[in-house]
Parts: sequence; structure tokens; C-alpha cells
Amino acid sequence: MALAERILDGDIRAAARLMRNIDDNLPSSRGELQELYSHTGRAFLIGVTGPPGAGKSTLVDQITAAYRKQGKRVGVVAIDPTSPFTGGAILGDRIRMNRHAEDEGVFIRSLATRGHMGGLSRSTADVANVMDAMGMDVVIIETVGVGQDEVDIVRLAHTTLVVMVPGMGDDIQAIKAGILEIGDLFVVNKADRDGADKTARELNLMLEMNRYAPGAWRPPVLRTEAQRNVGVEELVGKMDEHHRWLLESGEINQLLQEKNTSLFQTLLKERLFAEVYGGVARSGKLSEILEGMLSREQDPYSAVEQILAERLSP
Amino acid sequence: MSERKLRILVGKPGLDGHDRGAKIIARAFRDAGFEVIYTGLHQTPDQIVSAAIQEDVDCIGLSILSGAHNTLLPRVCQLLKEKKAEDIILFCGGVIPEDDIPGLKAAGIKEVFTPGASTDQIVTWVKNNIIPR
Ligand code: B12
Ligand SMILES: Nc1nc2c(ncn2[C@@H]2O[C@H](COP(=O)(O)OP(=O)(O)OP(=O)(O)O)[C@@H](O)[C@H]2O)c(=O)[nH]1
Ligand SMILES: [Mg+2]
Repeated sequence: MALAERILDGDIRAAARLMRNIDDNLPSSRGELQELYSHTGRAFLIGVTGPPGAGKSTLVDQITAAYRKQGKRVGVVAIDPTSPFTGGAILGDRIRMNRHAEDEGVFIRSLATRGHMGGLSRSTADVANVMDAMGMDVVIIETVGVGQDEVDIVRLAHTTLVVMVPGMGDDIQAIKAGILEIGDLFVVNKADRDGADKTARELNLMLEMNRYAPGAWRPPVLRTEAQRNVGVEELVGKMDEHHRWLLESGEINQLLQEKNTSLFQTLLKERLFAEVYGGVARSGKLSEILEGMLSREQDPYSAVEQILAERLSP
Repeated sequence: MSERKLRILVGKPGLDGHDRGAKIIARAFRDAGFEVIYTGLHQTPDQIVSAAIQEDVDCIGLSILSGAHNTLLPRVCQLLKEKKAEDIILFCGGVIPEDDIPGLKAAGIKEVFTPGASTDQIVTWVKNNIIPR
């Protein structure tokens, strides 16, 4: 039986294997994803981002527990960086989530960035889709957490959570350019530490400077202690509120439009490049071009134009 | 471009708090280019097997220095069989008396590394014995 069929039958090993095939970019995974696509679109996708060590995984663990209490099935995709020197990775987000390992209503998958920039792996959207097809009601995605230019998550999640810690005032100033735009909710975690109020106030102040049209979503700033499970119920309530707002205001259409456009663009780019570049390399044309460039007899601009004309002319 | 990446789960079963060895091994595996899912301390055999299945790893490397290897490790093997995941190879390391090794191997543990084993030796064993599926 094909993997997609087994996944829809509830086979966990098949789901785990397809995720791996997606991650390893096996051509067969595309067919399986085609099969699954019509079974996706039901899950509520939550993105969790923020600087390293802010408590993202601990928070994801608590959010997972809160949704489980509501009887919802939860998928988690946790991304950690690949070492650029060795290609290896230590994926450690699971350490904080081990208590859910035996719960059949929870599926956790760790992914390495494998050189992909922007806080996610190339495979993240597709892996989240598999979890969606598995029937997960909520899929939580924890980004690498470099803090900056993690914009990819906004294109993937319905609701994006930015996790900060007390005493980050100066850092907020430094990274505010990106961070203020991506959060639908802001969390000052480790509120047991000094300065949580101050950080929350500063965040609120900066958010005030944005103008909000009537009916627009004004990102709330919440305080949590993920480790002791303080403030998590409220946080989950706010996330659900944002989700409801998306649906009721019709904003969801705009979001899905952007999300689907971005997904389609990425797919097309990837496949077109692989196809065209692969052809050029295999035919020996690539080495010709490179030689030409070295002697300056061939410029890369017209080489690209020529290839495009050859490949795309009807 | 597609290439199978070797995925390994490294964890510590039971109440054993000695994690230096496990961390050193996890780093050595990363430096060898593997993807290591590090699950940390105090794992039950059930947690280990569930995590291994969800993560679709090729193998599980467990570290035990507490002396509880004769009960915990065969239990992991048994659970892998029950969940039809015996294709996931189990190996281990730690303070394990020579005399216990044949019994562990008979229970399905593929290899046992004791104090003094070099990380090179361990990485080489993995490369020679685990083929990413
Ligand atoms: C350091 C140490 C500690 C430190 C641990 C710090 C830490 N975070 O790891 C501290 C002080 C906390 C400690 C405490 C205790 N310890 Co202590 N500890 C040691 C000691 C001296 C060295 C262990 C070590 O770190 N070695 C260095 C690492 C790199 O080596 P390693 O783990 O063996 O790993 C190598 C191989 O075994 C193998 N390997 C290990 N894991 C894995 C995994 C895989 C997948 C692979 C492939 C290979 C592999 O590869 C590594 C490289 O060669 C040993 C004695 C010894 N010589 O082993 C006792 C020892 C392990 N401890 C012992 C005991 C009894 C205790 C305590 C119970 C003492 C007490 N009464 O309080 C507590 C229990 C703590 C707990 N919660 O579990 C006993 C265990 C007895 C037994 N097994 O029957 C030992 C053997 C000492 C002894 N001879 O009595 N301990
Ligand atoms: N004091 C305090 N510590 C916390 C709190 N929440 C998490 N921590 C601790 O902060 C550390 C980092 O937590 P993680 O959840 O691993 O943080 P993370 O953001 O996922 O880290 P990376 O994935 O490595 O970027 C751990 O030691 C947690 O126990 C909290 O509310 N208060
Ligand atoms: Mg984390």
C-alpha cells in the first residue's frame, strides 16, 4: 500500500517515513503529497519563534498539554540548525516534550535546517501538511530561533507567537524591525525573573506606535512562566481568539492567498531550477558556459537568456 | 538532489543521571554528519520507542551507567518488536560488565561500548553497520 493511503488509515510509521522522504527530497514523496493534499487544510497552524533559550520548547510542551486537555490532537514540528561544517545536527527540542511521547494524540517531529535559511527547513510546510492529513487539530511549529529574519513562519502559520524574555529591552530595539511585524501574539516568558513587567511595557509601547485600522488585530503582550505552567491557559485562549478573529473578519482569505502563493512559488522555483539546471549540467553546456565566463568570452546574462529561450519556447 | 541522511536517537533510559558520555557521543555523531535526536535523561523504554518511531530513526544509541542495563535494554528491544519496528537497530554504551554483554546481544542489542571506547571507533562502527533506509 502506498504511504499516503496508510497514513490516512492512521499508520504512524508510514507518516514518519513520508516525512523523512520529504526531508530527503525523494521524488516519490511528491506523489504521496499529491494524494494527501485534499485531506489537508483543517489544522490550526501555530508558529512559535523567538531567540535561543527563550523557552520556546517548554512553552510548546505546555501548549500541547493544554490542547490535549481540550481533547484536540496535536502535531509538533521542531526545527534546529544543521552544522554548516559537518552537515550533522543535534535536535534537542524534544527533551522538553518527552512526557507526550507515549500519548497517541501527539506526534512530534524534529527537523534540521539542512542549510535552509529563514528559521525553517525546506520540508517544514510539507511535514506540517502530513500532520494535517493525519488528523491533527493543531500543528505547532517551533522555529530555529535566531530571532531575526524568521519571516518564513508567518507565511506558514495561522497564528505566530513571538517568545521573548525579561531584560531584552535593548535587543528588542535592535531586532524590532522584523520582530514586531511577525508576531500576532507576544509572550514575555520567564516572568519569574526580574524585569518582565518592564519588557512587556516596552513591547506594548512599540506596538502602540503601529497604527491599527478599526477591526484590525492588535497583538497582545502576555506574560508566562512556561516551566511552572503559569499563564499558559490565557495564552491558549488568546491564540484561539486570534484564530477566531481570522475567520470572522475574513482576514483568513488574505492569509491563505499569501500562504498558497508562497507555497506555489517555492515549489515552482525548486522544480524549475532542478529541471533546467540539471539539464544544462548533464548536457555539458554548464562547463561550456563556465569556461566562457572564465575567459570573458561568454557573459552569464545572455547564457541564461539563451537557455530560457530554448527551454521555454513553445 | 536527494540523499538519505542517517538519523540516530541518543537517550538515557531510567533514573541514571550520568549524561557526560551521552552528550559526547551525540556531539561525535553530529560531527560525523548524522542527525541526532537527543532526548535527554530519564526516559522510559516506551518513550524511547515512541520517539524513535515518530522520528523515523535508523538506530537508537542508549547510554547506561547505572547498572540497570539488563532490565531496561531488553525491554526496549521487546517494545520495538511489539510495535513492528525491529528494523530500528539498538546499540548502547556505558558502564556494563563484560559478563553481561553476551546476554544483551542475545536479547537483540547489536553492539555494546564500554568506558575507554573512542568516539572514532564508535562512529566507524555506525558507518559500517547502519545503512540509512
Ligand atoms: C562522573 C561520574 C559521576 C558524576 C556524573 C556527572 C554527569 N553529569 O555525567 C556525578 C558526580 C554526578 C556522579 C553521581 C553518581 N554516580 Co557516578 N560516576 C562518574 C564516573 C567517575 C565517570 C563517568 C563519566 O562521566 N565518564 C566519562 C564518559 C565520557 O564516559 P562514559 O559515560 O563511560 O562513556 C563512554 C563509554 O561508556 C561509551 N558510551 C557511553 N554512553 C554511550 C552511548 C552510546 C550510544 C554509545 C555508542 C557509547 C556510549 O562511550 C563513551 C566514550 O568512551 C563513573 C566511574 C567511571 N569510571 O565510569 C562513576 C559511576 C558511573 N557512578 C556511579 C555511582 C554509583 C554514582 C552515584 C549513584 C553515587 C552516589 N551514591 O550518589 C551517583 C548517581 C547519579 C545519578 N543521578 O545517576 C557508579 C555506577 C555503579 C554501577 N553502574 O554499578 C560508577 C561506575 C562509579 C563506581 N565505580 O562505582 N557520578
Ligand atoms: N526561569 C525560567 N526558566 C524557564 C522558563 N521556561 C523555560 N525555562 C528554561 O529555559 C531553558 C531553555 O528552555 P527551552 O524551552 O529549551 O528554550 P528554547 O527557546 O526552546 O531553546 P532553543 O530551542 O535552544 O532555542 C530551559 O532550561 C528551561 O527550563 C520560565 O518560565 N522560567
Ligand atoms: Mg527549543
